[in-house]
Amino acid sequence: MSIWINKDTKVMVQGITGKTAAFHTRQMLEYGTKIVAGVTPGKEGSSIEGVPVFNTVEGAKRETGANVSVIYVPAPFAADAIMEAAAADLDLVICITEHIPIKDMTMVKRFLEGRKTRLIGPNCPGIITPEACKIGIMPGYIHKKGRIGVVSRSGTLTYEAVHQLSQRGLGQSTAVGIGGDPVNGTDFIDVLKAFNEDEATEAVVMIGEIGGNAEEKAAYWIKENMKKPVVGFISGLTAPEGKRMGHAGAIISSGKGTAEEKIRIMKSCGIAVVENPTLIGKTMAELLEIIKGKTRFAHLNRDEI
Amino acid sequence: MNIHEYQAKEILRSYDVAVPNGSVISDAQEAEGAAWRIETEVAVVKAQIHAGGRGKAGGVKIARGIDEVKAYAKELLGKQLVTHQTGKEGRTVRAILIEEGCEILKEYYLALTLDREASRIAMIASEEGGMDIEEVAAATPEKIFTTVIDPLTGATEFQARMLCYKLNIPNGLINDVVKLMLNLYRCFIEKDCMLVEINPLVITKDQRLMALDAKFNFDSNALYRQQEVMAYRDLNEEDGREIEASKYGLAYISLEGNIGCMVNGAGLAMATMDMIKHFGGEPANFLDVGGGASEEKVKQAFKIILSDTQVKGIFVNIFGGIMKCDVIAKGIIKAAKEVDLKVPLVVRLEGTNVEAGKAFLEASGLKIETAETIGEGAKKIVELTNQRGGY
Repeated sequence: MSIWINKDTKVMVQGITGKTAAFHTRQMLEYGTKIVAGVTPGKEGSSIEGVPVFNTVEGAKRETGANVSVIYVPAPFAADAIMEAAAADLDLVICITEHIPIKDMTMVKRFLEGRKTRLIGPNCPGIITPEACKIGIMPGYIHKKGRIGVVSRSGTLTYEAVHQLSQRGLGQSTAVGIGGDPVNGTDFIDVLKAFNEDEATEAVVMIGEIGGNAEEKAAYWIKENMKKPVVGFISGLTAPEGKRMGHAGAIISSGKGTAEEKIRIMKSCGIAVVENPTLIGKTMAELLEIIKGKTRFAHLNRDEI
Repeated sequence: MNIHEYQAKEILRSYDVAVPNGSVISDAQEAEGAAWRIETEVAVVKAQIHAGGRGKAGGVKIARGIDEVKAYAKELLGKQLVTHQTGKEGRTVRAILIEEGCEILKEYYLALTLDREASRIAMIASEEGGMDIEEVAAATPEKIFTTVIDPLTGATEFQARMLCYKLNIPNGLINDVVKLMLNLYRCFIEKDCMLVEINPLVITKDQRLMALDAKFNFDSNALYRQQEVMAYRDLNEEDGREIEASKYGLAYISLEGNIGCMVNGAGLAMATMDMIKHFGGEPANFLDVGGGASEEKVKQAFKIILSDTQVKGIFVNIFGGIMKCDVIAKGIIKAAKEVDLKVPLVVRLEGTNVEAGKAFLEASGLKIETAETIGEGAKKIVELTNQRGGY
């Protein structure tokens, strides 16, 4: 198994007629993802990479049965695209688009309240269940089917972690990029909960960065609830205060959201935090060796590794 | 994006928030005219730079009479003002605000910003106005009140009223403060703000409400639909290389060290800086060339990094995903030749077609050191930079 997506997931692409979307539609199809529909208002009747295009999400869902959407719509129109997908009661919406205004996202979050749709992103690489379904912009070939769940706020750092896990033969159950924006749909805890309940997931890699307190909240949740070992990494130890480090959400404000604080709390909650992202795969492999035979990772001391 | 205090006050005035009468000048010759327009006994002369802490740094003066205004204007204009937020170089004062003084009965703090946990805008208020709000939060958190606003209704009167009672606003002024709070929320939303802060908001001895200082920060992702706000942008207050980088869609931030970094992806870029520091070096910048680093972007990134004369070495760290390593390697070689690279360059490539990429780098004839991992690359560039006496 895996979380949220598998080989049978039927996907529609919102904004499919755009250049980036068309490119990634081809990449996803080549990976084996079941892309069954595209949505671009005014383009119904045409097709991209053999995928039929519809005017509305509702129409695409009705005609093809797709219940998951991936959004490549430009930032000024992305919030509307997310709401359209939620209004059509899709199960999962992955928004790749970056630079969506904060005001729009606060409205989207409000709109999603009480609806069944889960939003991943925006400003994220997407979600992949290796050798089954790739939804987003990540390079498919570095992934390998396996037993480690990956959740991250950063795109290329996810690739680093995934690559190391694949090289060590551990592979991934599912890898989720939750995105670098301060207002997003799915947070660490949502993904951790799903990994905790997923039989195919044996352990989790969690990659965070400066800004906000999502990592701290996740760490406390892990301490109380997580049955599986977690390896963590936080970037931004050298980031200056008050500057947005590329991601809209990666900012230390008023001395809050520093990497030091996040690392300290994550360690205190039993997470094996690595200082160097190159060590994510190695640490995970060693951790899995050590806990063989042990049931509760919480008693594990990082120094044992 | 930040703006000046006088611009913030212009916006506030347009939302019916009272601010002191005053005028902005950029030439000391204009000080006398500005002083004549002051109708109060004292005038306040305030340096206009995009940084807090001006008062403590001597950037705010109380003047009595026209001669004092003129003297302070002369002193402040052109001065390098160093505050705890400017860095040691300080900022050049290019404009000053000369405004009427007022007799303060009580000072409050009022702000609107994003509450990340709630994913909504929050209004924050305190009776401890005029102070650094972070200090208040640290020392007396119980004196700070917050109300989270539903985006569908906007700020409501009852929420504003509840804040007023918590702030012990005098009964006769509650309606005025409520109105001000609702106007401020409307302003925040209409202008796509990230932060609006009035500190202090005062009640004067003659029972008027007035915003004595104001700070605005705007959502840079929303500027495409905020033409009026864009007109307030002051490029003098921004880092030249950051402006140049933004033209090419590069996320660049100047830092104080001597090792230039070029990385794809924000998280990896931060991790790369961290590793440089870990091995005893100091990063000169944060630079994210984006997920799909093209040849052109790589070239521009090199130029921007090298325009910083402090840079004594460059570390390129790319995880080629969709973008193939051999293509990136070609871009690096071309760029390095074009910009006549004279400082050590360490390149770490990983991902698609990595072997082909490395082969290109080796065959290029350029002095390019390669590395297998971030750690190895960071260590190498720190060593090479130190050999050259960078630090």
